[in-house]
Amino acid sequence: MRASLMSAELPPIPAPEIEYSLLAPLMIIAGAAIVGVLVEAFWPRTTRFAAQTVLACAAIVAALADTVWVYTDLDRIESSLTARGQIAAEGAVSVDGPGVFAWGILLVFGLLSMLLFAERRLDGGLSAFTGRAADAPGSAAEADAVKRRLEHSEVFPLALFALVGMMLFATANDLLTMFVALEVLSLPLYILCGLARRRRLLSQEAALKYFLLGAFSSVFFLYGIALAYGYSGSFELSAIDTAVTSRTGSETMLLASIALMAVGLLFKIGAAPFHTWTPDVYQGAPTPVTAFMAAGTKAAAFMALLRVFFVAFGGSSWDWRPTIVAIAVITMFLGAVVSISQTDVKRMLAYSSIAHAGFLLVGFVGVYAGVAGSDRVTSVSSVLFYLAVYGLSSIGAFAVVTLVRDSGGETTHLSKWAGLGKTSPVLAGSFAVFMLSFAGIPLTGGFIGKWGVFSAAYSGGFWWLVVIGVLVSALAAYFYVRVIVLMFFTDPVGEGPTVAVPSVLTTVVIGVAVVGTVGLGIIPGPLLDLAQHAGAFVR
Amino acid sequence: MILSILAATPIAGALVLALLPRGTSNHLPAKVVALGVSLVTLALSLAVLAQYEPSDGGYQLTEQHTWIKAFGAHYAVGVNGIAVTLVLLTTILVPIIILASFDDRLPDPKGTNAYFAWMLAVEGLALGAFMATDAFLFYVLFEATLIPLYFLIGTFGGPNRSYAAVKFLIYNLVGGLLMLAAIVGLYVVSSRQGDASYLLSDLKNLDMGQNTERLLFLGFMAAFAIKAPLWPLHTWLPDAAKEATPGTSVLMVSVVDKIGTFGMITWCLNLFPEAADWASPVIITLAVVSIVYGALLAIGQDDIRRLIAFTSVSHFGFIILGIFAFTSTSMAGSTLYMFNHGLSTAALFLVTGIMVSRRGSARISDFGGVQKIAPIMSGVLLLAGLSSLSLPGLAPFVSEFLVLAGTFTVSIPAAAVATLGIVLAALYILIMYQRTMTGPLAPGAMGVTELRPREIAALTPAIMLIIGLGFFPQPVLSAINPAVDTVVSHLGKSDPTPKTPTPIAESSDQAPTAEEGGH
Repeated sequence: MRASLMSAELPPIPAPEIEYSLLAPLMIIAGAAIVGVLVEAFWPRTTRFAAQTVLACAAIVAALADTVWVYTDLDRIESSLTARGQIAAEGAVSVDGPGVFAWGILLVFGLLSMLLFAERRLDGGLSAFTGRAADAPGSAAEADAVKRRLEHSEVFPLALFALVGMMLFATANDLLTMFVALEVLSLPLYILCGLARRRRLLSQEAALKYFLLGAFSSVFFLYGIALAYGYSGSFELSAIDTAVTSRTGSETMLLASIALMAVGLLFKIGAAPFHTWTPDVYQGAPTPVTAFMAAGTKAAAFMALLRVFFVAFGGSSWDWRPTIVAIAVITMFLGAVVSISQTDVKRMLAYSSIAHAGFLLVGFVGVYAGVAGSDRVTSVSSVLFYLAVYGLSSIGAFAVVTLVRDSGGETTHLSKWAGLGKTSPVLAGSFAVFMLSFAGIPLTGGFIGKWGVFSAAYSGGFWWLVVIGVLVSALAAYFYVRVIVLMFFTDPVGEGPTVAVPSVLTTVVIGVAVVGTVGLGIIPGPLLDLAQHAGAFVR
Repeated sequence: MILSILAATPIAGALVLALLPRGTSNHLPAKVVALGVSLVTLALSLAVLAQYEPSDGGYQLTEQHTWIKAFGAHYAVGVNGIAVTLVLLTTILVPIIILASFDDRLPDPKGTNAYFAWMLAVEGLALGAFMATDAFLFYVLFEATLIPLYFLIGTFGGPNRSYAAVKFLIYNLVGGLLMLAAIVGLYVVSSRQGDASYLLSDLKNLDMGQNTERLLFLGFMAAFAIKAPLWPLHTWLPDAAKEATPGTSVLMVSVVDKIGTFGMITWCLNLFPEAADWASPVIITLAVVSIVYGALLAIGQDDIRRLIAFTSVSHFGFIILGIFAFTSTSMAGSTLYMFNHGLSTAALFLVTGIMVSRRGSARISDFGGVQKIAPIMSGVLLLAGLSSLSLPGLAPFVSEFLVLAGTFTVSIPAAAVATLGIVLAALYILIMYQRTMTGPLAPGAMGVTELRPREIAALTPAIMLIIGLGFFPQPVLSAINPAVDTVVSHLGKSDPTPKTPTPIAESSDQAPTAEEGGH
């Protein structure tokens, strides 16, 4: 009796339709992360580190190849704007041009970071991660772990989980998926931040700070999602857009929702006034992790920001643009000014990343979506290009940081970098290329990136913001140039820095970053076309 | 094609030098390679000249490929009479500079290869900037010259070099970035009217609103006014010239700063004729202030290199005055002035550089009576100095005369005050000459020995050209005039009722008369 009642009342549950071929890059990375956990449990310790490295790199390469295939296969949608791609997984994921492009750059960043993770030649044959994270810093157990040459090879699956979170974050089409992705990307990063082999207290402090503030910001984001649901009755970005454009429901609730979600997302991209975690975390985290975070998190979070604000809240852009403009100006200015007074390379790069978040926001507030039939650079394509160049240069710069060392590990104090250009001109030259790219000097990718975001802002009617942007660029150039002065025009103090000879892994990373940075400055056409043809977001 | 080869040759030479092993103690191979590359470049530029048809005012030897499709940027090069003059100036000066810099005492002798490699890089980028007929390409090359110059000043200069290098870079970067905003604006304006294009020929016919045109003009002008240095944006130049080696100073003042004044003619006037006319009263005033202020400060300098830098501020004032007077006479004079000023400043910087390195001091008061022990050196200094004060019979006189003659028809007050600059020029040059060369031999100046054959060989071409063009400037003017006429007629075309009394209709008729004045 009871059984028959239930079968009568329950509606049939259709099996969800999953487009496996479209989502394969996500699944490869997620699968590899899970396999990585199993490897961690069963693989013999002696060769586990190597096995994890190979697994992670192979998975990323496979996913990258598949991403290229997915991209070339995307459907073309011609409406008022050209777009490519489709909704997948019952509306949870939007596999569209910008999203897949973001997958591509995230995977490249991931691969380069994995190579840095795997570098073991710099610290006496051990990785940059602590041997046994549970030991108290400075304890006898820690010394024992070092003596037994223990290593945490869990960092690879953790990084893969973070990577899949980033990829999902960039393509999430409803707010719940987006929140889940945010957590999947954040939690492994909190752990990774605390795993430094040297200066462990600083590293643990960074992890705790990042966790507390990150959790706090996630809650803001979640509250915003709840209000958006209350306003529109749906988590789907397109449904929210419909509600926003038809202006049903309470205006207050909509504005509160936009504000709260903006807090969560601006925290992740490190925009002022939600930037305070950046310098501490960048400084404390193991440098390979910092590189991964600087490039990957920023790219993923910016894509999510663009998607939420352009797709869901595009209809009320008049409401949020003034605020974002103000935030962009404050972020650029603060990042540039404060980095001038930094004495630590990693903190300086952190403030520089804040300034770059400001420049990216300039491209974002342009909200220029293009017109049909014109090839004019849009907000989305300019931000995509900028993220690619910025990420590449960042990873390169942090890779250089891992090589300048003294007996206590990396020497990140700027004064120790004096005269680096005389002792190792190639390394200092590479760092100078990254600095020039950050400063936006022509013939580097950074210049083309700046040009792109400024033109998007100009197209959107913010020519005065462009003028502010270029003036702040000049200010920012001062501190990038200061590093070059220090490396090339100043004599080394005392012993001077020693530059560790890296294995082929780090060399490859720096080489790729230099070639990419200069190459994108001289022949930006192909990547720019790719970003341009990614088209608009698919909702 | 030949233009691309011309610009690529020094760049390739720079790469070769960078890869060359840091061999022997005197680094002779590197120096010879650098000199050889610069001579090949000179030969190529002469080949360009041979193919160039002077009577045509348009762009010749053009080449065009799409570079960045999304931006509408092209790799487009070509030369008109103005560009070919400056290309020639650059290719003539660089071998002279390299030969004169053979014995420069660098802070770190290991850097010799890099020193000459950066010089060749500046040459290649500057040649590219003069030949670019695409605004984006021009901007990229214009800004890229900052990097080699920055390293030249910062690595190889005097004790205060890193301050001077940073000041140089930041000043020029601020201007360059403001120009970037205008470049971005051009893209948006041009893409609103169909496909975006940065080609000069397309931008010339662009229809922008009045306010947009003025704002974009200001962006371009900011970069050029800082580069060329126009008062009050000139303060980076004396510092940079004081700290840089003589060769770097010549590259900076004689070649790269010319991109500023060249840009004013080629880009500001062609792209924004109405806005240029709107701004001309202010710019003419600033130019006149530059002339007098530069001259006055030059008189007051005790450091020879700062003195030359301030004379250049004054001379650049003349050039800018001639450009913004909008007559074909004055503009042709300005273009010729760029060429002549390049030569005379090069001679002046190089010969004083030799003096300074022998004496170990740049203070004028540390010299005295040098002509007794070094008569040839003192003769070269006198000749270079006299050319700087525009003595009739030497090349700069012709150009200065043309600038003033053209300006008088437009604004008598401006021309009258500018003429004061000539009088002051006599003061700063002759006082400097008197205090360094005449009188009893100063106690410390014994070491200032005569010019060596290599130094004479380096300086001779410059001196010959200064004298030769003083008597017979017609070959250069005949290349310049058609191009300048094109610019002036473009200005007039979009300017039916000029506010400043610019006699556009008469100006083209006046050109032949002015040329005769130049003979």
